[in-house]
Amino acid sequence: MTARTDPRSAGWRDWLTTDTPQSRAQARLGRAWAGWTAFRRNRLAVAGLLIVLALVIVAALAPVLAPYHPYAQDLNNRLLPPSAAHWLGTDAFGRDILSRLIHGARLTLMIVALVAATAPLAGLVIGTVAGYFGGWVDTVLMRITDIALAFPKLILALAFVAALGPGIENAVIAIAITSWPPYARIARAETLTVRRADFISAARLQGASSLRIILGHIMPLCVASLIVRTTLDMAGVILTAAGLGFLGLGAQPPLPEWGAMIASGRQYVLEQWWVAAMPGFAIFIVSLGFNLLGDGLRDVLDPKGD
Amino acid sequence: MPTLKRGLTLLVTVAATLLGLLLVTFLIGRVVPIDPVLSALGDRANAESYAQMRTQLGLDLPLWQQFLRYVGDVAQGDLGTSVLTSRPVLEDVLRVFPATLELATVAVVIGAVLGVPAGVFAAVNRGRWPDHAIRLLGLIGHSLPIFWLGLMALLLFYAKLDWVPGPGRVDVFYEGMVDAVTGIVTVDALLAGETDIFWNAVQHLVLPSAILGLYSVAYIARMTRGFMLDQLRQEYITTARVKGMSETRVVWGHALRNIAVPLITVIALSYAGLLEGSVLTETVFAWPGLGLYITNSLLSADMNAVLGGTLVVGAVFIALNLLSDLLYRLLDPRAR
Amino acid sequence: MTDRKTTDNAPLLEVSNLRVAFPTRTGMAEAVRGVSFTLGREKLGIVGESGSGKSMTGRSILRLVPPPGRVTADRLAFNGEDLLTASAKRMRDIRGRRIAMVMQDPKYSLNPVMTVGRQIAEAYRVHSKAGAAEAKRRALEMLAAVRIRDPERVYDRYPHEVSGGMGQRIMIAMMLIPDPDLLIADEPTSALDVTVQMQVLAILDDLCSQRGMGMIFVSHDLNLVASFCDRILIMYAGRVVESCRASDLHAAQHPYTRGLLASLPKIDEPPGDLPVLSRDPAWLEA
Repeated sequence: MTARTDPRSAGWRDWLTTDTPQSRAQARLGRAWAGWTAFRRNRLAVAGLLIVLALVIVAALAPVLAPYHPYAQDLNNRLLPPSAAHWLGTDAFGRDILSRLIHGARLTLMIVALVAATAPLAGLVIGTVAGYFGGWVDTVLMRITDIALAFPKLILALAFVAALGPGIENAVIAIAITSWPPYARIARAETLTVRRADFISAARLQGASSLRIILGHIMPLCVASLIVRTTLDMAGVILTAAGLGFLGLGAQPPLPEWGAMIASGRQYVLEQWWVAAMPGFAIFIVSLGFNLLGDGLRDVLDPKGD
Repeated sequence: MPTLKRGLTLLVTVAATLLGLLLVTFLIGRVVPIDPVLSALGDRANAESYAQMRTQLGLDLPLWQQFLRYVGDVAQGDLGTSVLTSRPVLEDVLRVFPATLELATVAVVIGAVLGVPAGVFAAVNRGRWPDHAIRLLGLIGHSLPIFWLGLMALLLFYAKLDWVPGPGRVDVFYEGMVDAVTGIVTVDALLAGETDIFWNAVQHLVLPSAILGLYSVAYIARMTRGFMLDQLRQEYITTARVKGMSETRVVWGHALRNIAVPLITVIALSYAGLLEGSVLTETVFAWPGLGLYITNSLLSADMNAVLGGTLVVGAVFIALNLLSDLLYRLLDPRAR
Repeated sequence: MTDRKTTDNAPLLEVSNLRVAFPTRTGMAEAVRGVSFTLGREKLGIVGESGSGKSMTGRSILRLVPPPGRVTADRLAFNGEDLLTASAKRMRDIRGRRIAMVMQDPKYSLNPVMTVGRQIAEAYRVHSKAGAAEAKRRALEMLAAVRIRDPERVYDRYPHEVSGGMGQRIMIAMMLIPDPDLLIADEPTSALDVTVQMQVLAILDDLCSQRGMGMIFVSHDLNLVASFCDRILIMYAGRVVESCRASDLHAAQHPYTRGLLASLPKIDEPPGDLPVLSRDPAWLEA
């Protein structure tokens, strides 16, 4: 400690990697730094992170980046192969496929964000409440979770959308409704490991309410494994949403949703393959990005789950 | 009597799960913004016949009574009538299900035959390049939209290379030439002694089942790797090595035997997943199975057919879960 | 005795400057740091506390140190044959057939999903061309030799269906069935009840003397080793700090050994506080 006269010149690295943090914030930042160093070594995970960041940037700057308007039809230039004017070709209405993909990133990101903001949260609440209270609350909640886990997710999502009517909002609702159970299981398992810990008893002795303990002490501890699982699941969410779009149950035309774009290119696939191929590449790359990122995060945040 | 008690618990769980599934399909059926009375009578029904039909359909009863009625109907095999085919849904589903069964079964065999060795290989080479390569391939497999992969595979192997026949279960001129005994074309062709049709059906089966199977390879390989790593750390593995056994026999004879039971569970679960995943594959390959039936019904808002199909897939799901549980108890000497 | 015992005058095992190291984040950590000894057809006890490197010494003789561990030695020879340069195939011939090992807890060292009979028969068949019936006959004989009363019944049991003491006897049967020259016993009785410890030791002792085998007995129990073995090595932090005949143990020189001896309770002295072993950092360099 004494050797470090000027913290700035000694460098942030020392401050972050010290074994004796001076404050809670320093300890947290140090942990994050250690995680980041481990994460950075996994080149595939970094690639995944870059893909996800690219998705966010493309979605944010879609109108700036897209060379054409996504709905601008040009019937004289239908089904053109990739060229200098249309890098990825044009579709059956002469719309620029690249521009539609760029705008479609917004839809994909929106679906991912909405599902990620709802299903894991619902699972977190159910799982922590069941784990914390135990007894009949646990039995009832986990029985329901187990029952829901045994359902065929994709088919139920299809049935939900069929009932609610096609559309991107209903697709998101259907996906979220069918994907909460695994999160509840994870959150409960994490809660059980800490429920009897001394610091929980200490908080209870100080008079903290159950709500306060669950919100302030238990939920934060479940977050790491939930983030890993959510990230990995997002790849599946993208694929499911695209599948719904492909079947005509998700986003409706003329929205540039990638799955729906594949469906509309399907009839031309033998002659004008790019119409269906390009959106598929987009889905694949983004989905791979989430998979790589989730896989890397799992190594850093959840080493047990090797 | 612990066996009896366990058996009862299992039975209650299965019954509760089935009931939960029925509740979900029932509720989905209620939120549909389609008036079932009007769809039964047509738009021009007068008020009197409307009320009559409403009573007949039980729609004036409280919701819980309607649910009981629904459970009773389903228990008697009454899933309603399909608007699209004008036939009882159960009849339709039983007719199309063998095609899905055939597809998913071949797919799960492909998944297990590729996935288990890949997982073992990755575990044995943990941290070295084969492990990383298999992991990356698995992640790639999990990132490909299956319907798109199917389309691209058709484009490449059917249209460009002409290695496989196109969509459908057999070539058009073979269709209906063998009696549907089991409903599984390959088996029916063999039963009828029609080897030409059998080979034609096999060629039609290769691409869709390979695409569907690839989807489970990654999952099976990943689980196998994890199980295998757990086992390779165990002391009995050292014992086998001390005996002077070759590494091949240590891995495949000793370690694999210990993961056989959990692996069967994993394979049963991915089988269930494939039955479900066949929805999109069947659409792309015009495979006349349950998946195609459900999607066609979806597009024409034929809710009886959709919910009936969902119920059947769900029941098969639950049955496979139950089966893997029973196998676990039967096969593991420690659980007996 | 059998023809194999003609090389009686040459040492069974020669170990010189054996080192086992594991890479860690901060460089290589040595678990064994230059161990040397020779072994004839005798019982050698290796005593030390947890982490002293005694088990790793046993495992490195069989070349079964788990990766990424690295084994080096000036000489590591069995019957004059260099073990470090032997091919993987040659090592497999040696393992089981010439050198065998009994491990600590039969709960973990037996394969849980194979019947014990099958595991014993397999150990025999790895090294012989015998058929299934012959292997089964030999396995039943071997079960009888480790004083299991009803071999036929035990043969078809799974490991979780037998007691710890019986499990360890099964393990001994499995390791001795190919008739090895050297047995490494790695804490073979530590996981057992005190009452069956002596039983298992007696069986081990009888079989070893009958067959004229050499044995390395690894244990943390100084008393047990002193009463059971001919010679004793005391290990501390990866080094041999003391080597003596079991009968001369009371005259041991090294302060660590003296400390260990002093901390043993004695029945004929009034019970008081046992002295706490003080550790001199210099021992690490000794």
